[in-house]
Amino acid sequence: MSTADDGLLTSREVARFVARGFLQFDAIVPDELNRDVLAAVERDGPPPGNPAGTPLAACYAGTPIRGVLDLPRVRGIVRSLVGPDPIFDHHGVHFSQPARSFEQRGIKVHAQHTHQDSTIDLRRAFDVQLFYFPQAVTPQMGGTRFVPGTHLRIVNEAAIARYQNFVGQQKVVCPAGTLLACHHGLWHGGEVNHSDTTRYMLKVRLAPSVPQVRHWNTADLTPQAVAARPIFDPTEASCLDAEDIRSILCRPEPWFEADTGRLEFINRIRLWRYLLGDERADVDYWAGRVENDPGSPGA
Amino acid sequence: MHRGRANLFVMPLRQNVLILYLASSALDSKVIAWTRWDGTGDQTFMAGDGSEPPFKTGLHALRAGWRLFQFSQLLPETPGQEFRTSYLKYEFAFEQLVE
Repeated sequence: MSTADDGLLTSREVARFVARGFLQFDAIVPDELNRDVLAAVERDGPPPGNPAGTPLAACYAGTPIRGVLDLPRVRGIVRSLVGPDPIFDHHGVHFSQPARSFEQRGIKVHAQHTHQDSTIDLRRAFDVQLFYFPQAVTPQMGGTRFVPGTHLRIVNEAAIARYQNFVGQQKVVCPAGTLLACHHGLWHGGEVNHSDTTRYMLKVRLAPSVPQVRHWNTADLTPQAVAARPIFDPTEASCLDAEDIRSILCRPEPWFEADTGRLEFINRIRLWRYLLGDERADVDYWAGRVENDPGSPGA
Repeated sequence: MHRGRANLFVMPLRQNVLILYLASSALDSKVIAWTRWDGTGDQTFMAGDGSEPPFKTGLHALRAGWRLFQFSQLLPETPGQEFRTSYLKYEFAFEQLVE
């Protein structure tokens, strides 16, 4: 078990990642490092890439980005979700220039269509995409738009471009040095920058090299915290506790459909089981109910 | 005003399209996502341009004069994929015809 000050996530945070597909950490990168990253990008352009499959530890040597990745909190977040020895997939530096600069040249600027990165991905293992914002992002600057809770939907990349708006969609508005850690399946898109400032965002995709089982700080993962409890019971105190792990895992998003929203609970449990390394784990009997099959006499 | 050769004799009707994604197959269930397309060119709609749905339910759109021209079928789940979630299921397409 790890200590609380080694930067690792708690079980509640991991449960939130399982349910919503992202975690946002405001201003966890110090200003000085943010300035170094921005200065390097403006001076040298995007950092050189690395071949997909390179150990992350071998990437970005001597650059400010290495400094970001070596921050104890960032290391803890990556280790908690991806595990030790993560693998570099690819990165991208996103430059979002002010829309006005395009419009002055007669070019209309549109928001990026909603999409899911890469391609159809059936794994229960998952990659984590770090979205790092080295500067403060105001509402006018058009931070990344995303839809919490979409990450477990099996779709094919741009096929979801038709969807423009969701109840409950979010746009990144954050102080400098903010990091989003996203499940690879989270639906998202770039927004239009209506400010006068170019917006930068560095995205780094990381893949696991080992099963992603219990790499976080499990001190709060007590038997009581994940025990079966009365369900649909308004007198059950834990159901009213928004920070209860079971409540986190069974909280619907505002855009959930009535029927498939319940399937999302089951899909979350499936991912939770993988992370716990416990295929019997359940939350509020959503999986147990449909798995309970005592068989028939004589069979 | 005429636009293009095809418009010399008859003013064509142009189509504004509103797609509402509902919480269930019932037209009076709540809107969970939405998309607009403007065939007149007067307005440009795009991803992320709204914070509140244009209507509370699909039925509210009907009552506001939007004509429903297509909605998704109810199909049994594909065997073996009963628990898979994917694209939004309850898509209702509306139109307004504009001169």
